Amino acid sequence: MLAIVGYYEEWWIQILKAIVIFAVGLQLVPVVLLAERKLLGRFQARYGPNRVGPYGALQPLADILKLLTKEQFRPSTSIGFLFVLAPIISILTAVAAFAIIPFGNVQHIFGARVGLYGIDVSIGPLYVFAFGGIAFYGIMLGGWSSGSKYSFLGAMRAAAQLISYEVSQGLALVGVIFAAQTLSLTGIVEAQKGMWYIVPQFFGFLIFLTASFAETNRAPFDLTEADAELVGGYNTEYGGGRFASYYFAEYLNVLVVSGIVTTVFLGGWLLPFGIHPPGFLDPFVVLFKMGLVTFLFIWVRATLPRLRYDQLMSFGWKVLLPLATLNALVTAVLVVVTH
Amino acid sequence: MADPTPPAAPHPSASAPAPTTTLNVTAWSPGEDVIQVQRTPAPGAGRATWRTFRETARGLMTTFGRLTEKGITVQYPEEKTPVYPRFRGRHKLHRFEDTGLEKCVGCSLCAAACPADCIRVVAAENTPENRVSAGERYAAVYEINLSRCIFCGYCEIACPFDAITMGHDYELSDYDRSDLIFTKEMLLAEPLERTPLRNEGE
Repeated sequence: MLAIVGYYEEWWIQILKAIVIFAVGLQLVPVVLLAERKLLGRFQARYGPNRVGPYGALQPLADILKLLTKEQFRPSTSIGFLFVLAPIISILTAVAAFAIIPFGNVQHIFGARVGLYGIDVSIGPLYVFAFGGIAFYGIMLGGWSSGSKYSFLGAMRAAAQLISYEVSQGLALVGVIFAAQTLSLTGIVEAQKGMWYIVPQFFGFLIFLTASFAETNRAPFDLTEADAELVGGYNTEYGGGRFASYYFAEYLNVLVVSGIVTTVFLGGWLLPFGIHPPGFLDPFVVLFKMGLVTFLFIWVRATLPRLRYDQLMSFGWKVLLPLATLNALVTAVLVVVTH
Repeated sequence: MADPTPPAAPHPSASAPAPTTTLNVTAWSPGEDVIQVQRTPAPGAGRATWRTFRETARGLMTTFGRLTEKGITVQYPEEKTPVYPRFRGRHKLHRFEDTGLEKCVGCSLCAAACPADCIRVVAAENTPENRVSAGERYAAVYEINLSRCIFCGYCEIACPFDAITMGHDYELSDYDRSDLIFTKEMLLAEPLERTPLRNEGE
């Protein structure tokens, strides 16, 4: 069943938009990759990559080239078609989720009205969670079909972790949806004209951010990879292009989550203090805010140690979930009272 | 679990007495080894939560503070870690500065002292026509296998004429193991001073 779409264009504009978003979005991944390695270095009082190109700027290119030119092999114990399919699922869902991040409102470009987003569905957050749910198959099938015990353990951890934290993540957004009274992401941005939701929904923001760290399998919740104990977790047996796909999907997921945080809590393309830049600057505002959130992801990764598995579970179910429920409940009561 | 009456005792702890009166079997008491599992919020849990947040924030600030600093990494091929004057690097053989004769007299004491057995000395007699060293004999062959050397410095201690000393060079990698056997000519040659010396107080 198709969702009701807020505004849509001619089919050829849609295709053009898809290409542009794909091109821009995928170019962001190497940037984030490099930024992460450079920033991790700076956070640890070292320099990070600085050999390939000026200031190491070509490092991601070198990494990707190296990975893509490597041999594609699979362990003899693996299940062939699932082993091949899993990274594809991972990367497809990440790219699909990227489609709904609004980079700006409807603009007039050369006489045509174009919304600066892939698609403005009326079920925005649900779309993200739907693809997040499918993305988990990418990790689980990859780990399971590898036919390796480490991969299997990583996949099982991923399953438990993603299920636990997706609930809190969703509930943290419920507060915002109550306040905005819409599920459309552009609608949520428009509803933040007076005040960004990070202020009234600060706890929701914190809960969403924490759950997002777990959802994207980033430190301190990178239990699924846990190099110290699981070698590489679900991607232990992957190498070359397939590993690159997983890697790519991970960073694209970070970008998607940054985009969602920007849209939902940081006012999307809106600027504070009544500044209204011309419409064509909106995507840059969104990109800047996304960069800030991504920086937060890297900062946390550089700082916090990985949780133990039982700590992860008890934190998710005993702390985050009650807090998220409470947040949604209090917001609901407040919305009813103030209306 | 064939026992029809499983022990209904609560969590076994070191302080609680083992419930031996209600059961026919004596429950095994783990005694002092028991690990206390906290199942309810501990008293002062609120403070603990606050502490967790505060310490997390402190950790974040600690890493953020590093951003403003310069990296402490030594950019190796361009910059090199300076060594102390007594650093034991690649060996050097020495000549007398005035006569140009070799100090080594081929006594093989260094080879005898070497725990890794990496020095090979073959001595030969000096003749008036062919005077190589200051003593009666000289080292016709003097080889150090640097792939075996452990850089202990016993050879320079054993040497009665200070003919062999340890230099400062630590860049000794090579593509071939046989290239790591340094001959007398290589050891006598004026060494490349590739390694910076550490300054006073550095």
